[in-house]
Amino acid sequence: MEAIQLVTYAAVAIGLVAITVKVFRYATVPESMRWELYPVPHEKGRAEYGGSYLEELDWWTKPRKKDMLNELKEMAQEILLLKGIFHHNKTVWTWSLPFHLGMYIGIGWLVLLIAGAILTITGNEVSQAAGGIGSLLHYATMILGYTAMVLTGIGALGLFFWRLGSKQQRGYSAPIEFFNLLFFDAVVVVALVCHFTVDPGFAVLRGYFVSLITFTPAGELAGWMQAEIILGSVLLAYIPLTRMSHFVAKYFIYHNVRWNDEPNVKGGKIEAQIIKSLSRKVGWSAPHIQTGKTWGEVVTEEPENEQ
Amino acid sequence: MSNENIKPKDISRKDLDQLFTIDPSKLPQLPYPYDDWEEPPMEELSETKKEKYDTSLDGAVNLAFPKVETKEQEDELVAKFLVGLRKLFSKDNNWTFLKPLILTMDNCVKCNTCAEACPVFESSGKAEIYRPLFRSDILRRIVRKHLTPGGKLAAKFTGSDIDVNYQTLSRLAQLAYRCTLCRRCAQTCPMGCDNGLLTREIRKLFSQELGIHPKELHGDGTIKQLKTGSSTGLSPIALMDLMEFAEEDLTDRTGLEMKIPFDKSGADILLIHNAGEFLSWPENLEAFTIIFEAAGLSWTLSSEMVGYDSVNYGLFYDDAQYARVTLKHAEVARKLGVKKVVIGECGHAHKALMAIGDRIWLQESNIPRESCMTTLRDIVMNEKIMLDPSRNDFPVTMHDPCNLTRSMGIIEPQREIIRKICPQFREMTPHGCENYCCGGGSGFAIMQSHNFPRWKMSISGRKKFEQIINAYTREERAKEVKKYVCAPCSNCKGQIRDIINHYDAWEKMTLQYGGLVELIVNAMTDVREGFIEWDDFH
Repeated sequence: MEAIQLVTYAAVAIGLVAITVKVFRYATVPESMRWELYPVPHEKGRAEYGGSYLEELDWWTKPRKKDMLNELKEMAQEILLLKGIFHHNKTVWTWSLPFHLGMYIGIGWLVLLIAGAILTITGNEVSQAAGGIGSLLHYATMILGYTAMVLTGIGALGLFFWRLGSKQQRGYSAPIEFFNLLFFDAVVVVALVCHFTVDPGFAVLRGYFVSLITFTPAGELAGWMQAEIILGSVLLAYIPLTRMSHFVAKYFIYHNVRWNDEPNVKGGKIEAQIIKSLSRKVGWSAPHIQTGKTWGEVVTEEPENEQ
Repeated sequence: MSNENIKPKDISRKDLDQLFTIDPSKLPQLPYPYDDWEEPPMEELSETKKEKYDTSLDGAVNLAFPKVETKEQEDELVAKFLVGLRKLFSKDNNWTFLKPLILTMDNCVKCNTCAEACPVFESSGKAEIYRPLFRSDILRRIVRKHLTPGGKLAAKFTGSDIDVNYQTLSRLAQLAYRCTLCRRCAQTCPMGCDNGLLTREIRKLFSQELGIHPKELHGDGTIKQLKTGSSTGLSPIALMDLMEFAEEDLTDRTGLEMKIPFDKSGADILLIHNAGEFLSWPENLEAFTIIFEAAGLSWTLSSEMVGYDSVNYGLFYDDAQYARVTLKHAEVARKLGVKKVVIGECGHAHKALMAIGDRIWLQESNIPRESCMTTLRDIVMNEKIMLDPSRNDFPVTMHDPCNLTRSMGIIEPQREIIRKICPQFREMTPHGCENYCCGGGSGFAIMQSHNFPRWKMSISGRKKFEQIINAYTREERAKEVKKYVCAPCSNCKGQIRDIINHYDAWEKMTLQYGGLVELIVNAMTDVREGFIEWDDFH
């Protein structure tokens, strides 16, 4: 196995572990108090004006009417078009949209590269002249690849200058934020140079994917190709280690907090979780708290100290 | 220091007596007839008070942050704070809000979208220290530096190079009391981050670990409520005296003879009011009585300790105090054996009892809770009382309490009522769940000490006043046209009363304020005309 392949394998492993740790961290936090924020899109017939089932007389006796289609629509608009930022901050949206679309398309491009590699391994040709699915993959990979690079590059550069451009934004942007955006641009520039000069049809890169899947040597790679693979691999490992993997948190923020209007019912799952948490020991030290008791004890007993 | 040059790391500067000074001339202009209004400057505290309280943030004081005299005392304070900070991120100590806390801490991309949504930031003339991100970023920097492995080493690169000293802590604590927790910023955040939540978590840290909290919320708030029965200090005995007065007043106003029911075991409804109504606006209590009696509901109030006051200031600063109060409410409801609890016109009580309380009222104490807006809609829309809307034929607008709308989605019931009974109703812009806070949220409405009232009138309440004025046409703003702003929430109502006083809007515009039930009773044909009084402002 070659060193460059090790870098890619390690990057994939680090990325996957980091994402898993992040998901685990958020998923294992105990049930919190309710903290939803309206509008909640699954409120059937009420989402449009920000209403909730709490508007109904004797709401606990009525069946919940949820509009999951509207929630999916809201999610799709948020993920694909960045609806929220479009409504509230057009300047950021102008650059954030191409940046994000570039990455989504980039994921599609990676999938096509892997699909192409599998096709090659199974004895089929992927090229302009291959015909049928081979040609389709060849062209689709090229279209998606170049589109992803251009959009991501433009978006990252735009966001970089947006951060740099105003005194206000500069004051809140740390060096790491500038570094992250420049890192994306560096990967994009290297990839573009590589594919314009060395591998315009992505055949070499697909060959590298074949070597990764089959655990065979990648063979000799041009300098630009090596640079693209190493930088791309590092980026793959780096994103999940930073705030840039906010898609994980965004899922939890929306589904567990912002849109979580699930009522607690007698004998239900939420009640059981809260009762479990009430046995946790309280360590807060202020005089009125009564340190060392459980939450259940602290909240049902009068404070001894009235400070 | 000039506003535009202030950076988050300046929070720790010892060379500045005051980080920021409010310049009244920089505040946004109000609409006609206030286009020539000159906002008075913030009142300076006396030298004696300055010696006692730290004013190094903006000169305003609503939190008496203890002063330190020696380096040892400062070090001890910092050490305690950092211990508390660790607890804030632990499951045992903060399971109640850990999930939204870490999600918000981890994922802000610092796009500043929140700033444009914040009425305090906008109304202060965009004062940097009131920018929602300013406060949150300071907390994030401290956490990254002190709670993240290698945080100190990478501090410059990650932008976490902030000193934690006395000035940082005092100013940060006070900054947590310059936000009304309205959560308007959270609504616009593309990442779903919630600066309001972070503000409340900072308040919690100072309260639960260091015992630092505004006296109106703690000593005169939750502690007094648990000890005497109400944060107003109203004991069960005094309450009954007050009820006698209210019954007499009800008869004087309406000609009706009614008893306010108390402690009726097995009633369908336990109605819980904010006890502030009893003292400041007894007509609100009387109006509820008239409507519920006329509609033939089976209902009661409670005279049990805490059971007659829906207030829960723990919601604003302390989880333990919040839970202690809400569990008292649950116990009262359980003992009475009512079918449901209906919450009167009080926004934060709605949130405390229905939204947050949803996870606290457990097992046999999980008595269903409902908003009075819903109960009232049923009465009005199903014509259980007779109404004549022409009695309310004057311009009416409505303020949406943040807790009721943005945090709970209760928006239409009160609108259906007001559209039916007020021919000249008009909305504020924006309204519903996109409303602006009255400026008295998160406890500000009851904070009347030192020079804070001036701050909450000229800064946090400014946007709401602008909205109220804009709800009326230029002609309607004239003194000759009597007009009403409906604020179906006790604290919002108190804040709007203070705004009207500060801007002299009763004299200049004949702007009256009150709740929703007052408008309903004013339109009831069974009641003598003139329930809403136009010759009196209180």
